Amino acid sequence: MVKGRTGQRVRLYVRGTILGFKRSKSNQYENTSLVQIEGVNTKEEVAWYAGKRMAYVYKTKTKSSGTHYRCIWGKVTRPHGNSGVVRAKFKSNLPAESMGRKVRVFMYPSSI
Amino acid sequence: MAPPSKLSLGIKRASRSHTYHRRGLWAIKAKHGGAFPKAEKPAAAAEPKFYPADDVKPRAPSTRKANPTKLRSSITPGTVLILLAGRFMGKRVVFLKQLKSGLLLITGPFKINGVPIRRVNQAYAIATSTKVDISCVKVDKFDDKYFARDKKTKAKKTEGELFETDKEGTKNLPDFKKDDQKSLDAELIKAIEAVPDLKTYLGARFSLRDGDKPHEMTF
Repeated sequence: MVKGRTGQRVRLYVRGTILGFKRSKSNQYENTSLVQIEGVNTKEEVAWYAGKRMAYVYKTKTKSSGTHYRCIWGKVTRPHGNSGVVRAKFKSNLPAESMGRKVRVFMYPSSI
Repeated sequence: MAPPSKLSLGIKRASRSHTYHRRGLWAIKAKHGGAFPKAEKPAAAAEPKFYPADDVKPRAPSTRKANPTKLRSSITPGTVLILLAGRFMGKRVVFLKQLKSGLLLITGPFKINGVPIRRVNQAYAIATSTKVDISCVKVDKFDDKYFARDKKTKAKKTEGELFETDKEGTKNLPDFKKDDQKSLDAELIKAIEAVPDLKTYLGARFSLRDGDKPHEMTF
């Protein structure tokens, strides 16, 4: 959060939902999370997002570096299946409470 | 083909006097007044006091040179870029040139959207198809050294001063940088005002809205 950001707020990220971890029926692999990006419905559309950075933002009770907000950075690695779901790896594995919550998928590193 | 120099193992074809004459050592001797010149033996190095435990080869420094950063084909001088991160995210700015470090030199122009002459990394910029004519703009004086941070002179602190906070909180922009901004933008703004709506376009920020799909957008 940038202090003193008055005026327009711009959204330069696409919203995504964390679906859970990469898993088979009875085993899950927490190093890779699955993310559903809004508006992305096919495997081909995911190609644009490959490598884009994502941030899972969450609030905490205690302050760190002057703010209650913290963030885990990650990136889109590859598509998952045929319907636009994406695999993502984060700097540290996402906590289980992130399932169902939002993640920000940024438009950088840009290749346009 | 010359006759073989050995007739059998240990028996040479030419006699000792014949080979001596052929080798021409007599000519070198004559040139140096009768004696064959003796090369000076290099002074024997003193025995080192210390021998390392393992025989390790010293690593040769790498001669690899980094290639210059490739500029995306969509980014040409005068392109309007959208900044994706940082203080000016969402702002539409004009690209001037690529610097030697690979970073892109951009300007708002400052009067239009508050973005000064700045460097930005290609990965954090989207190139739009809008181009501004910057042929009248002079950008030669800007390079990476122009943007180097000022080195703070560290004065030795006495015991009392050690506990005082730094008084160098204010960072005033030197006047010559403000003048550079004005002179650069003066030409650029003329070119921008020649195009209808471009000034308001550069003043507006980019944002994603509900239903926007960046992977389907053409910028």
